[in-house]
Formats: sequence, structure tokens, C-alpha cells
Amino acid sequence: MAEKGKNRRDFINTCFRFAAGASLVGVTGVLAHKTVSGNTLWQIDTTKCTQCGRCATSCVMTPSAVKCIHVYDMCGYCDLCGGYLRPNVKNITTGAENQLCPTGAIKRKYVEDPFFEYEIIEDLCIGCGKCVKGCGAFGNGSLQLQISHDLCVNCNQCAIARDCPSDAFSRVPADEPYKFSGFKKEQKD
Amino acid sequence: MSEILKYLTQTGNIKKLVTMLSMFILLLTSGFPLFAQQQRFPKPEFESGYTQPVTSMPEARADFYAWFDVLILVIALSLITWLILKKRSRRGVLAMSVFSILYFGFFREGCICSVGSLQNVTLALFQPEYSIPISALAFFVIPLVYTLFFGRTFCAGVCPLGAIQDVLLLRPVTMKTWLQKVLGLIPYIYLGLSVLYAATATDFIICRYDPFVGIYRFDATFFMFTIGAIFLLLSAFVARPYCRFFCPYGVLLNWMSRFSKHHLTITPNKCIQCRLCEDSCPLGAINKPVPVKVMEDRPSATKRFIRLSLIIPLLMILGGWTLSNFHENLAKVNTKVRLANELMLFKPDVMLPSVEIEAFKTAGTPVQELYSEAAVIVEQFYLGAWILGGFLGLVFGLTLSSLSVFKYREDYTPDKAECVSCARCLKYCPVER
Ligand code: SF4
Ligand code: SF4
Ligand code: SF4
Ligand code: SF4
Ligand code: SF4
Repeated sequence: MAEKGKNRRDFINTCFRFAAGASLVGVTGVLAHKTVSGNTLWQIDTTKCTQCGRCATSCVMTPSAVKCIHVYDMCGYCDLCGGYLRPNVKNITTGAENQLCPTGAIKRKYVEDPFFEYEIIEDLCIGCGKCVKGCGAFGNGSLQLQISHDLCVNCNQCAIARDCPSDAFSRVPADEPYKFSGFKKEQKD
Repeated sequence: MSEILKYLTQTGNIKKLVTMLSMFILLLTSGFPLFAQQQRFPKPEFESGYTQPVTSMPEARADFYAWFDVLILVIALSLITWLILKKRSRRGVLAMSVFSILYFGFFREGCICSVGSLQNVTLALFQPEYSIPISALAFFVIPLVYTLFFGRTFCAGVCPLGAIQDVLLLRPVTMKTWLQKVLGLIPYIYLGLSVLYAATATDFIICRYDPFVGIYRFDATFFMFTIGAIFLLLSAFVARPYCRFFCPYGVLLNWMSRFSKHHLTITPNKCIQCRLCEDSCPLGAINKPVPVKVMEDRPSATKRFIRLSLIIPLLMILGGWTLSNFHENLAKVNTKVRLANELMLFKPDVMLPSVEIEAFKTAGTPVQELYSEAAVIVEQFYLGAWILGGFLGLVFGLTLSSLSVFKYREDYTPDKAECVSCARCLKYCPVER
């Protein structure tokens, strides 16, 4: 009786094994034509971002993998930089009390009268977006928040993506990993 | 006309014109044509020979590495399967565990792992616009295939989550069977929820609450770090707490392993019922022999079968009904649903708008559009909650029935479903090869 029971059990086992195998093949088959061969990376759509500040806090990395990136091509090299200086500063100096950036991550460099270059020191930037907001409101919008791909660990589900109130995160193909924008949205002051 | 021609032929002006034209063409072709039109402050033309710095755009890890990871996974799985089934070497398993902790854990920073990939697969199955990276699909399928043939050798020492718990096990305590069974239901709930949330494109909860990934990255929120630390501390005394009582992928591996063809056996030859290995498994995954007299006779088995076939559907309906009552609460995790709820309750004159509401207003999407989208999602959750409840009812019923059924068994064998092929029990068997 034991032998018979064992044989039957073996048979049932084999049936189930084939069923399980078939379902695995099935899932793979269904998904096979829905795959992307290359990797995809998370990136911020700068036209959607509202500089809410969560990029600085929600990333799984500290400091955040999101950085302010300066698109020099768009910069007006203004003396009165909306991204560098606090609104309504008395005198335009590099004093810490005048700077918008909480970490002093923007370096202001004299180029020629009356132009200044602004450089983001990536190690200091925490991706808070304050300067981005300022530049967007008063300047050309040449400062933009982007995920810096050398710092991002490309989480399966980006922790900022689900916290972003503007739905600005999406996966982009790895060969076009940055999403700068030249459009300027009208911002309410 | 001649004025213009004269103006143009002046050498200086031609130069200017040419530069302007070439600038224009350059602008058109450089991919930044829009910048020029939109700027408040045009970019200056520098006279001091200033060269503009390059906008920094750091490269990501090359695609090639994703394939490399898959290759490493296959090699590691093959190697550990060979070590377990052919060499029967616990030391080999340990070495592989250390390797996985170092490579998949610390070096690859725990992402992507097979456990989380189950959400990518679900998302790809349910959301037409999502395409799954092949590497994620590979990480999902390959361990399941191996497990179908060789048992859970993936868990033994390739999964970085399992490996880190395994190497920390110092003094395993034995757990009461009932407690083990009850806690063992959690993974099914976790699996169900993570599938529900992935299918509705709400969230990847497995990734969000992965206790070890923060440790592998040396970076986590305080909350997650504490949970990770608790799990690691627990691992010293309770074998693989995450694996046994949480891991949702473990459920799938468990199902596959039940039907595995060449599962590890404790004895290399024939079991002599010496009982030496009886208590050797830290997971309590060794089945004891069941003598014929404990087995129930035909009539009582038939009766039990009839009873079960009534109880299980009842449990499924009950589960589905109960959970479907909570579908709105389940749906609240979804950002769209949450925002819609918030907007409905929002009173502009007495309340300050939240960040979400403000961002929504800035984007300028019509409220009605959001409401209808949210309604569709809530509808999906209603259906999902029924299915999830039914599934949990089924699991509950089957667990109950498995407690009362005894399969005839002569030898000490690893429980194919629970055993993670860690090879600890092997050295207790006195039988020679
Ligand atoms: S979370 Fe979204 S809206 Fe906020 S700063 Fe980041 S990208 Fe912009
Ligand atoms: S203000 Fe914020 S985003 Fe801008 S440079 Fe400073 S830290 Fe970075
Ligand atoms: S994918 Fe991860 S590391 Fe990258 S920005 Fe998002 S949370 Fe940060
Ligand atoms: S049960 Fe889950 S966490 Fe544990 S080793 Fe297996 S796959 Fe990894
Ligand atoms: S290999 Fe042996 S000790 Fe390890 S889980 Fe399986 S039965 Fe338990």
C-alpha cells in the first residue's frame, strides 16, 4: 500500500512540476515582447518639477542623488542672480547671509563686467531646489534639478518618485539620461 | 536695394552676417533652439575670451553590467547547486553566502534583487505601458526555474537577503509548530499586498520595506535602519526571520520547491532512522517519519475531503468579502486616490493647501480628470481586494488542512517547501555515501 501511495504521489508531483514549469514559461512568454533590452534610469522632467524640496529629503541616499545642474547655455550670467541671491538683498555680495543656497553650494565668479558665472559644487548641493526656484522665477531657468547618475543607485522604485507631488519622475532610456528643458513655465510669485 | 547691397558688401558686415548665420544654424542643429527664444536675459557675448564650462552630465553605470549581473546570478546558482547536491558541503554554501553578501549585497547595493523583481513582473503584466528590463525578468525567472529542479538552492546562499541572515545565525531556538504556522501566513499576506499594489501601479512595497538594503548601502532612514538591525539581531537566534515570516518571493520558491525533482536529501544513502538529525534543522524543516497507524483510513479521509471542499470556498468568499469592504482604505496608499480625497475635503478659505494640492494646481490638470482617474483606481482596488481576500482564504484553509493530514513517510526528510537547502543537517547523518 505504501508503494502504491508513493507512486501516486510521485505522479502527482510530476504533474504539478510540469504545471509550475508551464506557468513560468507562460509568464516569460507573455512578458518577452514587453521587455526593454537596455537599462532604464530615473530622471526628473524639469517641466513638471515644482521645486517642492522633497528631492533633498526623500532620496535613499544622503545627500540626495538629485543635484542642481547648471545648463550654462541658458544662463544670462546675471549680476543680480535669482538663483544665487536671496530676494530683496541689500547689497550684492557673496556674504553667506545673502545666499539663497542653504549649503553655500553655488560659487559666484566674476567673468567680465557685468557678468558672473555661477558654478554648482556638486559635493555640497543637497538638491533642495531653492536656487532652481529662484532662477526660474527671476532668471532664465538655467538651474535645473536632475538626478546625477553617478550618485543614483537606480532603485527599482525611486523613493522620490512616489513622494514627488508633481509626478515629475519617470524612467528614461539609458542613452538619453538627462531631461533638461528650455521651456520656461510662468511662475506665480 | 543698392543701399542694402552696399551695406552687405562692407567686409565687416559680411563677417557679422556670416557669424550670425552660422550661429543661427548652430543653434538650430545643436538641439537647444528653444533656449534662445525663451530667455529673459540673453546669454552675453564675452569679449574676454571666457570659455563656458561644460554642463555636468555624469554617466550612469553601463548597460553591460545588467547583463553581467545576470551572468553572475546563473554562475552562482549553478555553483551552489553543485556544492549542495553533489559536494554536500556546508562550507561551500557558507562561502557562496559570503560572496553573495559582498557582490549582490554590498557591491551592487542590493538592487535589483529577485524578491523585488516580482513587482516588476506584476506591473508589466497589468500595466500595458510599462516595459520590464530583461535583467529584472531574468532575476525573477531564473531562481524559480532552478528551484523547480533542485529545491531552494537560491535561498541557501545566492539571495543576498537570505545570506546575511544565514551567516549571522549563532544559537537557533526551536519554535513551536503552531507559532511557525501562524507566522508563516504573513508572507502570503505580504505577497498578496505587494502584488495588489504593484498591479495598480501604486507602490513597490517590498522595496520600500526591504530591511537589509539600507544596510547594504550604508544609508537608510532611521526607521528602516532600526527594522534592519532588529532583523539582524533576531537572526542570531531565530533562523532567517525575514525569509520564513515575511519574504513574498519565498512563497513562490516554496511552491516551486514542493515539486522539485532533485531536492537535497539529508542522508547521502539510505535513512536508517537513527534520529540523529531530528533536531538539527534551525528552521524546523525536517519531517519526521509517519508510521502507518497514524494515517487515517479511507472513509474518514473522504469525509474530511468533503468537509474541506465546503470550508475552503466558504473561507475564500468570507475573505474576499471582508477585504473588499476595506478596498477604499487599501486604495488610500495610491497617490492619485489620496490627492483626490484631499482635494474633495479641501476648503480653500480655512485650510492651507498641502504641497500636493499646490503642485496639482500649478500643473493645471482639470480636477474632474483626476477624480475619474482616481475612481478607476478605486474600482481596481475593489476587484483586487476580492481576489486578494479569496486567495488568503484559500491559503488559510489549506494551512488548516495541512495541519490535520499526515502523509505516509518512512524516513527523515527535509520538508521540500520550507527547507532552504542550507546543508546544516547533513553532517548529523552517520550514513556513509
Ligand atoms: S520632488 Fe518633484 S516637485 Fe519636488 S523638487 Fe523633486 S522633482 Fe521637483
Ligand atoms: S540651493 Fe539647493 S539645489 Fe541649489 S545648489 Fe544649493 S543645495 Fe543645490
Ligand atoms: S533612484 Fe534611488 S538613488 Fe536615485 S534618485 Fe531615486 S531614490 Fe535617489
Ligand atoms: S526566502 Fe526570500 S529572502 Fe530568504 S533567501 Fe529565499 S528569496 Fe531570499
Ligand atoms: S538543509 Fe537541512 S538544516 Fe538546512 S533548511 Fe534544509 S532541512 Fe533544515
